[in-house]
Amino acid sequence: MNDGVNGVALAVFIFFFLAVTVMGFLASRWRKAENEQSLDEWGLGGRSFGTWVTWFLLGGDLYTAYTFVAVPAAIYAAGAAGFFAVPYTILVYPLIFTFLPRLWSVSHKHGYVTTSDFVRGRFGSKGLSLAVAVTGILATMPYIALQLVGIQAVLDVMGVGGGEDTNWFIKDLPLLIAFGVLAAYTYSSGLRAPALIAFVKDTLIYIVIVVAIIYIPIKLGGFDDIFSAANEKFSATNEATGKPVGSLVPGDAGTWTYATLALGSALALFMYPHSITATLSSRSRDVIRRNTTILPLYSLMLGLLALLGFMAIAAGVKVENGQLAIPQLFEDMFPDWFTGVAFAAIGIGALVPAAIMSIAAANLFTRNIYKDFIRPGATPAQETKVSKLVSLLVKVGALAFVLTMDKTVAINFQLLGGIWILQTMPALVGGLFTRWFHRWALLAGWAVGMIYGTVAAYGVASPTQAHFGGSSKEIPGIGEIGYIGLTAFVLNVVVTVVLTFVLKAMGAPDGVDETSPEDYTADAGDKGVAVELPKVGAGH
Amino acid sequence: MSDAPEVPVAPEVRQPVVTPVRVVIALCLVAPFVAMLWVSSYAKADPAFIGIPFFYWYQMLWVLVSTALTMIAYQLWQRDQRGRKAQKDGASR
Repeated sequence: MNDGVNGVALAVFIFFFLAVTVMGFLASRWRKAENEQSLDEWGLGGRSFGTWVTWFLLGGDLYTAYTFVAVPAAIYAAGAAGFFAVPYTILVYPLIFTFLPRLWSVSHKHGYVTTSDFVRGRFGSKGLSLAVAVTGILATMPYIALQLVGIQAVLDVMGVGGGEDTNWFIKDLPLLIAFGVLAAYTYSSGLRAPALIAFVKDTLIYIVIVVAIIYIPIKLGGFDDIFSAANEKFSATNEATGKPVGSLVPGDAGTWTYATLALGSALALFMYPHSITATLSSRSRDVIRRNTTILPLYSLMLGLLALLGFMAIAAGVKVENGQLAIPQLFEDMFPDWFTGVAFAAIGIGALVPAAIMSIAAANLFTRNIYKDFIRPGATPAQETKVSKLVSLLVKVGALAFVLTMDKTVAINFQLLGGIWILQTMPALVGGLFTRWFHRWALLAGWAVGMIYGTVAAYGVASPTQAHFGGSSKEIPGIGEIGYIGLTAFVLNVVVTVVLTFVLKAMGAPDGVDETSPEDYTADAGDKGVAVELPKVGAGH
Repeated sequence: MSDAPEVPVAPEVRQPVVTPVRVVIALCLVAPFVAMLWVSSYAKADPAFIGIPFFYWYQMLWVLVSTALTMIAYQLWQRDQRGRKAQKDGASR
């Protein structure tokens, strides 16, 4: 497919890339605060974002370039099973409606920057807080790496990725430049950079999807033709397994997998550090709740985008690597200049989440490892400095990961990351509603969930991979095939509950809870929450 | 962390935790889970809508339905909170 460079598309792509680069650097002046040297400023944009900025930021953060490439790719490869992303994002919003405002309130009251900050404050346990922080960092790293995979996909199709025989440096140069620039403005502007760039990213994405969903079906002769072409492809037999390659509608055996994947992923999404970073940067409790009613617009877009996978089949796109299916479809269907716009949307779509994820991981390291274990007396200015440096390191790490290892390694780790991050839910969401769980029980439950999830995922084979071949496995005791993450989560909760009873009966010391019940419903402007935030790191 | 200065608190008027409005809110939030996790209720191709199999358009439709339900929940919750606040302020006077 690398039949030369698509000049027009490349020019449009570069134009948008330069535009967001300028925005990224200018962002540091946007809503500038007097005291820049604190994590509240650099890492949370001054906790000042209103409803619309938060909407763009969260949308830009959660619906990543990798999502845009991977969801239609899954549909392109196997059909119905890939569509679970839609129910998954439907379920996320009613779910976060219940607990996210509480997290916002307690974090605002106590100056928490990360979920681990909250867990430490609530349960008085540095060990538990460390477990949550490490899980968060481990789960975020491969996610950043996958954003690079998203950029690589569009660069490849544009013809600037180079063939397999090109010198590695030339081949990866565009990616190195893109990431170098990203790292530089994240370093200087913090969360304000992705917040501002998210406007461009989401506007482009919406334009591209609306055009694609109208223009491509007209060119292909309507949805009837598209789905019958897809049906034909999926009914062919896979030589490796002897079963059809895919299906338009999940069979009886697939319904458990579909439902557990949707539920497990929905539960996991707001455990990710980058989701919480974007949440805590908002101005008030109400901004969060209002956002749960407008964020589903992105889910609608995701559903439409997923349908592009079928269009790629009908358009006769033939790629070995499914992730190239959608970029290739755009290049085949659109005039060159609009292909450039579409590719810019995906490319910028990778930069926004990558920036937020690296900030989130850096905040976790600074607050819950550096400050808690290495240098307890760190000042806010020192914290900010460490966080900025770590955000660079995290990105370099992700880059090294993608450039030195096979792409499947990043995907495997991302799969594991989803399973892992779900194991922090009992401590976080449980802690938001009750103090009943014992801290040691939570830690034990987390460990059991992590071990079970990792071992189970390792044991899944697919026709192409001996290990980590998928995220679903037989659920012990039920016998249906279900999402490993959810099974691990159930085990985690059972262990936590049982051990809490045991530990309470034994009279094991309960940690000190620094929060009080009113903290969970406090809003900006309330007494003690007020406009003045508690200075980060001042009183802990 | 230093606590905010103690504010004199009015004698708390007990308000019921479960009210009809809150039950409606809970139903609005639970409905999408029931609909989406019951996969066999929509795992079929017919009836198709402009050529899109039922399985796909039905779930897309639920994006809109769940959005509407969350909006209702949000409005009801706002009203519930305002009502409680007014009652509390009234009682403290």
